[in-house]
Amino acid sequence: MLKHLYDTDCVTWSPQGKLFQVEYAMEAVKQGSICLGLKSNENVVLCSLKRQPSELAGYQEKQFKIDDHMAIAIAGLTADARVLCKYMRTECLEYKYTYESHHPVGRLVYKVAEKSQHKTQSGAKRPYGVGLLVAGIDPNGVHLFETCPSGNYYEYKCQAIGSRSQAARTYFESWFHLFEKSTLEQLILHGLSAIKKAIMEDEELNEKNVEVGILGKNQKFTHLNAQELRDYIAKLDAFNPNSQIQQE
Amino acid sequence: MYIPMNEMLKHFKQDVPTMANITHKSEQWSPYHDNSGTVLAVGIPGAVIVAGDTRLSNGYNIMSRDATKLSQLTDKCVLATAGQYADFIALRKFLQQRLQLYEFQNEVQASTETVAHLLSRELYSRRFFPYYTFNLLAGLDENNHGFVYGYDAIGSYDKMTYGVQGSGQELVVAVLDNQLKGYNKINKTIPQTREEILDIILDCFSCAAERDIHTGDNVEILIITSAGTERLIKPLRKD
Repeated sequence: MLKHLYDTDCVTWSPQGKLFQVEYAMEAVKQGSICLGLKSNENVVLCSLKRQPSELAGYQEKQFKIDDHMAIAIAGLTADARVLCKYMRTECLEYKYTYESHHPVGRLVYKVAEKSQHKTQSGAKRPYGVGLLVAGIDPNGVHLFETCPSGNYYEYKCQAIGSRSQAARTYFESWFHLFEKSTLEQLILHGLSAIKKAIMEDEELNEKNVEVGILGKNQKFTHLNAQELRDYIAKLDAFNPNSQIQQE
Repeated sequence: MYIPMNEMLKHFKQDVPTMANITHKSEQWSPYHDNSGTVLAVGIPGAVIVAGDTRLSNGYNIMSRDATKLSQLTDKCVLATAGQYADFIALRKFLQQRLQLYEFQNEVQASTETVAHLLSRELYSRRFFPYYTFNLLAGLDENNHGFVYGYDAIGSYDKMTYGVQGSGQELVVAVLDNQLKGYNKINKTIPQTREEILDIILDCFSCAAERDIHTGDNVEILIITSAGTERLIKPLRKD
């Protein structure tokens, strides 16, 4: 396929009906380090692997609070993610100012998707190079959404994006039927187990390179601190999802 | 000579107002209403105590016996407002939104000094259609020492150790001058403990409720320390 003939800008279709620029933007998401999310009836947990550009540098944060009831995990171009994060925060603040209540999650994801789509239909713009996992809780329930550079968005029970996310998705396919009734602790352990499947052989999970954020119906978004992360990682080896089945 | 009746009457017009010639100038609509009530705040090392009555009035009527005049803006500071309730709500909403934005941008909550200055600038931004609010901003400074910032309607402010605003202001502030500073006292004993100061505050509100018709029902007290916020409600006269 002579891609280079049809991939100069967003306003050119390929004969197969593809917009290559948008597809290339989705590649940028796949290059980002893994982040995943999973939800139960009461909680949503976001786990991500933080990258360190060099030994001298700090670790790049991947999870951002949008409002008390909503947070995002990002994969892809961090600078683009910052723009979307600022937009989402501003929208939530305005909504709260006008209606004195939390912005419905699906509605905000829709707004982000609209914004993203707009960038795919112009000769002078490029799509956002970042995928978001949006975790949120509103009167409609507990939500986990994924947004794409293409402007599509999907709701999930659990999802992983970024590099080597297929390994985490495979783990989810085996165990997601347990998530609905899981406790918060079980959910966190499932999330960390899934991330463990996606790391390189010589890498190891520790409290520095892993980020876990939790949301609950009566719990504002918080990150687990270093000590809590150490405790959960220590429990990983002993964690056996089979025992959860026996409980039910 | 024929003179028309209205011409005749002009010569007999009375200067003295009688029922026939009194006209009432109708009161022009005002955007301002005073919902009254009293608020006060006292700062001591390690804590700040803010109190406000919960009565909302409109003229001689009571609109609510259960309306709060206090609003916690950050972990360390509380806004207490007397004046027009609608303007209090609007001001509080603005500050809550602006402070959440500050927290997103700076990754830390605003200090009490910062909030104080922000409030002053917001009030002055409405210099030519002011918020009808008389504010006290009470909070802990960087050393966890309690202070009170007092404001006028257009944002002039000053850092103090205690302050009073509202319809009972004149009644209460003189008592606090005497009790907390020892002004005009013969035996100058200054209260040191939180419990002593709480007692004085409750007494002040009881006194204000006795004489000021707009103060009463309940007094709501917030005590801010570095450990957190404590809330008390005590009853006051309901008449």
